Amino acid sequence: MYNPFSLEGKTILVTGASSGIGRAIAIECSKMGARVILTARNKERLEETLLMLDNEGELYVADLSNLDDRNTLLIHLSHIDGVVHSAGITDPVPFQFITKERLDTIFDINYFSPVFLTKELLKKKILRNNSSIVFVSSIAGLLCSSVGGSAYSATKSAINGMVKGIALDLANKQIRVNTVCPGMIDTGIFDNSGITQEQLVEDSKKYPLKRYGKPEEVAHSVVYLLSEASSWVTGTNLVIDGGYTLL
Amino acid sequence: MELNQFIALFAEQFEDTDTSVFTKDTLFQEIDEWSSLMALSVIGLADEEFGVRIKGDEISQVKTINGLFELIKSKK
Ligand SMILES: NC(=O)c1ccc[n+]([C@@H]2O[C@H](COP(=O)([O-])OP(=O)(O)OC[C@H]3O[C@@H](n4cnc5c(N)ncnc54)[C@H](OP(=O)(O)O)[C@@H]3O)[C@@H](O)[C@H]2O)c1
Repeated sequence: MYNPFSLEGKTILVTGASSGIGRAIAIECSKMGARVILTARNKERLEETLLMLDNEGELYVADLSNLDDRNTLLIHLSHIDGVVHSAGITDPVPFQFITKERLDTIFDINYFSPVFLTKELLKKKILRNNSSIVFVSSIAGLLCSSVGGSAYSATKSAINGMVKGIALDLANKQIRVNTVCPGMIDTGIFDNSGITQEQLVEDSKKYPLKRYGKPEEVAHSVVYLLSEASSWVTGTNLVIDGGYTLL
Repeated sequence: MELNQFIALFAEQFEDTDTSVFTKDTLFQEIDEWSSLMALSVIGLADEEFGVRIKGDEISQVKTINGLFELIKSKK
C-alpha cells in the first residue's frame, strides 16, 4: 500500500522512552514499521514500553546526563536511521530563585545531553546519511513561556536555535534536523512539581481546541519528520499546540 | 528561623498587599494577589532559606501562614 509515512526498514533511537511523549513516540514508530531502540533511566518502565511495541525493539538503561552512560549506550548501537530526543525535565521556579545548580541540572538533560548524544552518534558514524534527527522542544522558549518557566524555556530555545545550525552543517549528508514544539500534553511531567492538578485543569481551558494534547498527537508529527514524507523539511520547528499560541 | 521572620519573608513576595495583612493565621490562599507564581515563590523560599523541597499540591492543602511554616519545618 502507498504510504509515504512508513518507517518500514528503519531503526529509530528514542530517548525518554520510559514515559509520556517518548513512550508514545516509540509505540507509534513501531506501529509504522520501525525497529525501535529505547533508552531512559527506569528499567521497569522501559520494559513496559517494550511490551507495547508492535515490532522488534531493544532497550538500554542510561542516565543521559552522564557521559559514561552515554558512551555505554553508544557501544551497543550499530546503525540507525533516526533519533528522537524526548528525555527532558521541567523545574518550575520563579526567576528570582534560580541558582547555577538548578540551571546546570536542567541544561544538562534538556540541552547538553541531546546535543552531545547527537554529536557522538555522528562521530561514531552510527547515524546513517539520509537519516532524520528530531528534538522534542516546546512552544515554551520558541513562542512563549510560563510563570516559573524561564530556565526551562531557555533550555528549549537553545535547542531551537542550535537545530537551525545543525541542519545546515549536516545538509551535505542529507541528514535532516527538526524539532517538534508541543503545547501542554497530558503526561506526568508536572507530577511532584510546584504546579497543582487544579492549575493544570484551569490552564487546559485556555486552549482553543479546549483540551491539552495527547502524547500520540506529538508522536504522529515525529513519525512525519522521521519518514520520507518530510524529505525536503529541515531546520524547522513544528508547533503542535491546539492553537494555544495563536491567542 | 522564627515564625515572625518567616511571615516577613512571605510578605516580601507580595507587591500589592499591605504587610499588615500577614499574620500567622492569615488564610493566604484567599489573598487577591495569591497566584501560581506566589506558590512557586514559596517553594523557592523553602529551598533557598531552609534547603527543603515542597510541592504545589502540599501548599494547596495548607490554610494558614503558620501551617506553611509547619509544613516546611516538617521537611527538615
Ligand atoms: N508534557 C508536556 O506538556 C510537554 C510539552 C512540551 C514539551 N515537552 C517535552 O517533551 C519531552 C518529554 O516529556 P514528557 O511530558 O513525556 O515527560 P515525562 O513523562 O516526565 O518523560 C520524561 C522522560 O525523560 C526521561 N529522562 C529524564 N531525565 C533523564 C535522564 N537524566 N536520563 C535519561 N532519561 C531521562 C524520563 O525517563 P526516566 O525517568 O526513566 O529516566 C522519561 O522517560 C521533554 O523533553 C519535555 O520537555 C513536554
